[in-house]
Amino acid sequence: MLKLLPYLKPFKIAIIATMFLVMIRALSDLYLPTLSADMVNVGIVNEDLPYLWRVGLLMLGVAALGALSFVLAGFLSSKAAMGFGKLMREEIYTRVSSFSPQEFDLFGSASLINRTTNDIIQLQRFTMFGMRMMVIAPMLSVGSIFLSFQRDPVLAFAFVGVAPIMFLLIYLVMRKGLPLFEAMQTRLDALNRMVREGLSGMRVIRAFDRDEYEKWRFEQGNFAYRATAVRVFRILASLMPMMQLVINLTIIGIVWFAAIRIDLGYTRVGDLIAFIQYAMHVMFSFVAISRMFVMIPRASASANRIARILEVKPAIEELEGGYLAQEEGDVLSVKDRAVEARKSLEKLSDTDKKEKHLEGTETQKIREEGDNKEHQINIDSKAVPEFKKSNESSESRESPMEYPEQEETEIRENIEQENRKGTVEFKNVTFSYPGAERPVLNNINFSAYPGEVTGIIGSTGAGKSTLAKLMLRFYDVDEGSILVGGSDIREIRPKELRHQIGYVPQQAFLFSGTIMENVRYGKEDADEDEVWKALETAQAKDFVMEMNHGLYTVIAQEGKNVSGGQKQRISIARALVRKPAIYVFDDSFSAVDYRTDARLRAALFRETGKATVLVVSQRVSTVKRADRILVLDEGRIAGTGTHRELLKDCDVYREICASQLSGEDIA
Amino acid sequence: MSKTGSQPPTHGERGQSTRASQGSQGGPGGQHFLTMPTEKPRDYRGAFMRLLRYLKPYRFVFLLVFFTAILGTGFNIIGPIFLGQGTTIIFEGMMEQLEGVEGASVDFDQIRQLLFFLVVVYFISAAFTYLGQYIMAGVVQKIVYNLREEVYNKLSRLPLSYFDTRSYGDIMSRFTNDMDLVGTTLQQTMHQFLTSVVIVTGILGLMLYISPLMTVIALVTLPLSYVITSHIVKISKKYFRERQRELGELSGQVEETFTGHLLVKTFSNEQKEIKQFKEINERLYQAGWRAHFISGLIMPLIGFVNNIGYVLICAVGGILVIRGTITIGNLQAFIQYSRQFREPIVQFAGIAGIIQSTLAAAERVFNLLDEEEEEPESPGALVLENPRGDVSLKQVKFSYYEDEPLMEDLNIEVQEGQTVAIVGPTGAGKTTLVNLLMRFYEIKGGKITVDGIDIRDLKRGSLRRTFGMVLQDTWLFGGTIRENIAYGKEGASFEEVVEAARAAYADHFIRTLPKGYETVINEDATNISQGQKQLLTIARAVIADPAILILDEATSNVDTRTELLIQKAMAKLMKGRTSFIIAHRLSTIHHADIILVMDDGKVIEKGTHTQLIEAQGFYADLYYSQFAGQDAEGSEQKRLA
Repeated sequence: MLKLLPYLKPFKIAIIATMFLVMIRALSDLYLPTLSADMVNVGIVNEDLPYLWRVGLLMLGVAALGALSFVLAGFLSSKAAMGFGKLMREEIYTRVSSFSPQEFDLFGSASLINRTTNDIIQLQRFTMFGMRMMVIAPMLSVGSIFLSFQRDPVLAFAFVGVAPIMFLLIYLVMRKGLPLFEAMQTRLDALNRMVREGLSGMRVIRAFDRDEYEKWRFEQGNFAYRATAVRVFRILASLMPMMQLVINLTIIGIVWFAAIRIDLGYTRVGDLIAFIQYAMHVMFSFVAISRMFVMIPRASASANRIARILEVKPAIEELEGGYLAQEEGDVLSVKDRAVEARKSLEKLSDTDKKEKHLEGTETQKIREEGDNKEHQINIDSKAVPEFKKSNESSESRESPMEYPEQEETEIRENIEQENRKGTVEFKNVTFSYPGAERPVLNNINFSAYPGEVTGIIGSTGAGKSTLAKLMLRFYDVDEGSILVGGSDIREIRPKELRHQIGYVPQQAFLFSGTIMENVRYGKEDADEDEVWKALETAQAKDFVMEMNHGLYTVIAQEGKNVSGGQKQRISIARALVRKPAIYVFDDSFSAVDYRTDARLRAALFRETGKATVLVVSQRVSTVKRADRILVLDEGRIAGTGTHRELLKDCDVYREICASQLSGEDIA
Repeated sequence: MSKTGSQPPTHGERGQSTRASQGSQGGPGGQHFLTMPTEKPRDYRGAFMRLLRYLKPYRFVFLLVFFTAILGTGFNIIGPIFLGQGTTIIFEGMMEQLEGVEGASVDFDQIRQLLFFLVVVYFISAAFTYLGQYIMAGVVQKIVYNLREEVYNKLSRLPLSYFDTRSYGDIMSRFTNDMDLVGTTLQQTMHQFLTSVVIVTGILGLMLYISPLMTVIALVTLPLSYVITSHIVKISKKYFRERQRELGELSGQVEETFTGHLLVKTFSNEQKEIKQFKEINERLYQAGWRAHFISGLIMPLIGFVNNIGYVLICAVGGILVIRGTITIGNLQAFIQYSRQFREPIVQFAGIAGIIQSTLAAAERVFNLLDEEEEEPESPGALVLENPRGDVSLKQVKFSYYEDEPLMEDLNIEVQEGQTVAIVGPTGAGKTTLVNLLMRFYEIKGGKITVDGIDIRDLKRGSLRRTFGMVLQDTWLFGGTIRENIAYGKEGASFEEVVEAARAAYADHFIRTLPKGYETVINEDATNISQGQKQLLTIARAVIADPAILILDEATSNVDTRTELLIQKAMAKLMKGRTSFIIAHRLSTIHHADIILVMDDGKVIEKGTHTQLIEAQGFYADLYYSQFAGQDAEGSEQKRLA
């Protein structure tokens, strides 16, 4: 949990002020009994009524002060806690946005969503209660000791003793209880997982008539949970009575020793009454603390989950600066940033290519040297600084890297690139997923040219999708290089690279919003005509027109109100509307029925004209007409050529064909 | 909209994420509940009475708990009275000393006795309080356990249509959040409630005993507290609602962009999304801190009102002591009481909120329990002993919705060992057929027979064991591979499992896994490939040895080698069994004894390949568009063959 402490830094003043205000409130709470002691000692003993009223008024004033400071504390603590939550959320969101799939897959989307929402709420609440409650108990203890020392130093020792005992009690109970608490949570999770499985596999369970078995399994889990829960609550049950007992015994002790002291004339009765009330205050504050402790395991689990995200340093890009960096204002000018980025890239190109995936950290070092600022926490997230301005002001597609001071080079590069635009080259590419024993792609060499269709076929493990993803630089290659438009993609900013590519992923995913918005996701300023055109090519025009609101039909979350095939076609339109130089269809026609598939492909290849088209598929029929087919087998290229050529020379290809078109059809 | 009729209805995007996060607000920190927008049950009394029914079997235990609460808190609250006596004794001794009475001193014997008595009282109190909670933990967990058990068993008796029409999220939320809330409330709030009742009544009595006048003063501030609380609650609710709304929106945004992470990257829209996120986040922050600040006002304001009461009590009490109406010790006791008294009263409001949302949660759980169950089996339901596998559908009528008829008069006759190929575009309603054959859904007319027996006269388990399913959405549970295969047959031996795996061509890949048959498949089954999963489900069907098969031939996302294996395994499995196969391959379709052409959930054509081609209908159309190209390549393929 401590790892997140630096993120509280912006709220330092608010937190300190809150503590101070809470302290005032604690002291005012304690000062009331003190005054009431005076009432007894002076007012009652001397039967002085006016004195009683005077002290009464003073007490009201003190109470008002206490209330006021607590209101202020509430104001500051809610702003700080919520602000902290806001900051954390933004940090995580920005960080996750900068993740490449490689890092993203470490967590999975469900878990990341949970961390961004629920975990932060957990933490936020803990911070807020913590700021108010955790502070007040020690304050009251210290205050009691302080005030009681003034009254009677000897009796005050009661408080010196009681606070540590209370802490010890809480510590002991929690040390035993917390691990069980966590165990309880684990068992509950297991139980819920069983229900989830039972729900998603309902048909299978029933088909195999295994209801009874599932019930038995559930009962086991339920029983285990119950056993742990009972233990936890029984242990927790002991805390309150014990704390109460300690305080009550303390009070008895106070009365006993006070009797002796009063008898000897060292102390007065009013003080005794005040002492008893101090004790009560201390107890209430410890009860509040013990409630806080129950929150600790949850909060710290949440904090750890969040910290784990922030520990991950994006391997590939990292255009987005963290919140702190932006808030505190980075004074570097756009030009400075460009120069720095250039420097870092130059330095990179010197280093061994194998280390390229360390780019993020490399650049970070440079940045840290360059600006000696303090915000180290998220310095890694702004490793490559933004060039937002230069980027907006130029047609960035043609000039992937722009350096104001090197315009000539830029022009020359532009010309060169115009010729090579759209060409995709894989040179000796080898890649393995982190932690994998074998590379998923092994020494891949091929080129795809504008105006041509390149089909990629092979089995699932063969690495087809990986190949597509490498091209988009979702991952960096281990060996070799990928050139797009003649430049190594590691030297192009991911945004520029991806701008040239229209990628249609395997799983069609639509955002909630209208169809119009979804298609425009590919090109922000596309007008209706462009959108319709793209939909038409994607064979989506007809069904969109049939919909109640046409282009403005709202797609529900995750596209639940359109069929799988429709989703795929809309997502194809989304790529088409960009009119990119390169198209990558990653098995994008699987949910489209056969009849539409044929029409779709025909229209598509007409439309993509001069662009480079890569089609990843498992269906022979999809790639059959490609200018060049790449057959992948277990990460290696098993053959390249046209359909006919491959049928002649490539065993793997023949095997694939045979599995899809049985001998029967040949006749 | 034309397609909706063909799919089992799904609606239920009930904002589970918002509900879930709202549910997690409860937790510790009681008084917070006060200001949260609480869900109200539709029928308080009904939900409450029904919840009571679950407690009823344990009424004596609860009585015992109540008894311990009375003793525990009772002994605790009489303490101050005796302490006060001690103070009075000391005070009197001191006053005598002040007045210069000869040999005056504090009566230590009396104090010693008094304090000793108090020690005993406090120990007893602590013991009973602990005992009460100790018993409570056991009994409450037992109740929650029973309720969980009941709900889970209920799930297994609900018809599939229930699950098809509701989102998992909603059902899960009833099972997790709602159930948790009921459990936590019973565990923590109930005992608190019991003790609070004892404290309030007990202390009220004791205060009245000490001084009715001061009791009135102490109570006078209560309405003021109430007014303040309810007022603040009203204001803050507005902000909490707002906060809840923004939170929902934020969750939506996060969910979407994280799920579509790759796409956001592909289209380089990170900055745009971040900007949007920041906007929502800012709104959430604004609503959030206001909500918390305003609800946080309750504590200091109530505290202030309490302190006014405290000052009044001190002052008035002081006067009364001077007048000799009450003793100083009783004043001290009264001050303690007036503090202790307020705690539970302030908490009541919070408890009321918790109870309200608990009842709402309980109601949702009860609603689930009240859902209509599958038709119970008739007492004389039959068991198919050695099924042959004749299947016939006679004049079957079926629809998911009343007003959208799907099947009006479906007749199919399948003989033992025949193959029925089902063809049609994706989502044409293959699931519907499975639903009816397996009696997941009840037909609306006509009848389906297996071996001549109406399936409604069969035990459900027996009917379903007659069928074997190998579907695309292969469901494997988190367990070992061996367990997953053995799932097809109760008490299957390891040898049988291996044999089945061999028959399904799965043995080889299983043995290449690090732990072989004992490899644990993780929750999402991501550690084995799609094709391997399918082989496992085939093995599972092999071990089940059903008379009738329902297979899904589609093998998308499966590598070619595995695909060949799957084909071989399926062919082997189908031998000698009646098979319904959702076909994608021409060879299968050609070989089929009956082809069912489905579109939009309806069977639109029926017959053999030749018959259907001759009919020049939908099938012919489909056939030419899908396979014509492949036929053209025939000459090349021939050389391969």
